[in-house]
Amino acid sequence: MQWDYFFDQVISHRDALLQGTAVTIGVSLSAIVAGTLLGIAIGVAVTYGIKPLRWPARVYIDIIRGTPVLVLVLATFYISSAVGLDLGAFQAGVLALTLFCASHVGEILRGALQALPRGQIEAGRAIGLTFAGIFRHILFPQALRYALPTWITAAVEMVKASTLLSVIGVAELLLTTQQIISNNFLNMQFYLLAGLIYFLIDFAIEQVGRYVGRRLDRPARRTT
Amino acid sequence: MSYHFNFAPILAQWPLLLSGIGLGLLLALVSIAIGSLLGLVVAFATRAPSRWLASLAFAWISILRNLPILVIVLFLFFGMPQLGLSLDKITSFIVALSLYTSAYMAEVFRAGLLSVPPGLIEAGQAIGLTRSRIQRDIVLPIMFRNALPAFGNNFVSLFKDTSLAATIAVPELTYYARKINSETFRVIEVWLVASLLYIVCCYAITLILRALEKRLVLEAN
Repeated sequence: MQWDYFFDQVISHRDALLQGTAVTIGVSLSAIVAGTLLGIAIGVAVTYGIKPLRWPARVYIDIIRGTPVLVLVLATFYISSAVGLDLGAFQAGVLALTLFCASHVGEILRGALQALPRGQIEAGRAIGLTFAGIFRHILFPQALRYALPTWITAAVEMVKASTLLSVIGVAELLLTTQQIISNNFLNMQFYLLAGLIYFLIDFAIEQVGRYVGRRLDRPARRTT
Repeated sequence: MSYHFNFAPILAQWPLLLSGIGLGLLLALVSIAIGSLLGLVVAFATRAPSRWLASLAFAWISILRNLPILVIVLFLFFGMPQLGLSLDKITSFIVALSLYTSAYMAEVFRAGLLSVPPGLIEAGQAIGLTRSRIQRDIVLPIMFRNALPAFGNNFVSLFKDTSLAATIAVPELTYYARKINSETFRVIEVWLVASLLYIVCCYAITLILRALEKRLVLEAN
């Protein structure tokens, strides 16, 4: 195998590879942050919302989660231009990933909130807190602890799903890899390299999640 | 917004869309079968007495779970021929999906194995069952029952992942949706119909598996 040639090629394309990795991280991070914020609103609406709020949130979660991410990405990309929304591939891709992330975070948060005993809301009311106060000081911190492991999994999924933006022409790591391959035909080596970079990003997220999870666990263990 | 809906050009391609979703279901079924078998082996390997084998199994799970499925698909289809292993696109996609799902299934089965109460295994030993009979008659049935809900979730995800076959031109639903999209420009309609078909299928799979779960639980009672 032409490994010498491969290493030469990696060095001569290092800027493109770094750029692609940066775009992958940027896309994933924006989608995770925006998707988490939207997802929290959806999760709260679906768990505690009044009916006219709860139903749309439920339908949103079920529709987005029932659709493959690739279809979501393609649909957002093509439909946004068809209705005259002038989104570029990058914005359409981030929008699709954000919608996807929000549905997952909404469902995760719902699961976590429903695992909390109902009596806590009543206790919060009894000491005169508003719902916003109850949510902020009682429910959310506990739900966060429950939801963290699944949220980390969702974050890893987002990085993996960002590869789908290569299909609509966003020059993230995978599309950059494909462009490099079209010059030198080192298919196997460069896909391996891309796989390694993705693995390292995802593995890092997992480890950070584990570390934060241990930190969050500590006070709980002390009191019980 | 001055968009006029016209579903006729999409409905004219209905047989293509149906054949696409049929192929997607078939890909998912074959891959979950192979992936589950492989995942079962990996799950048992994580508990092997040999530490070397156990770490190999954990590495398998960790590596495959942290790789994007699209990279695995492209690597197998475009990269393997360089090593002299050329597979046609459907076979290579099935291999990719099976490997990917084997890691998730291994996690599911591993959790199932951990949930088998040790007392039942000891009870088996007490009445003089051999090691293989304990595994076959006690551990495996309990493990499968515990694993069923997570298995269902994995199968639905796997079915959605078959949409990636479109990137290597396997003619499943997403492939046809893109084709119809570029041929008719009925952009909104075609993606609405495609998503709806996926949603209906995912929902149907969930319902079937839930019914199956209920029956198995009743049997246990």
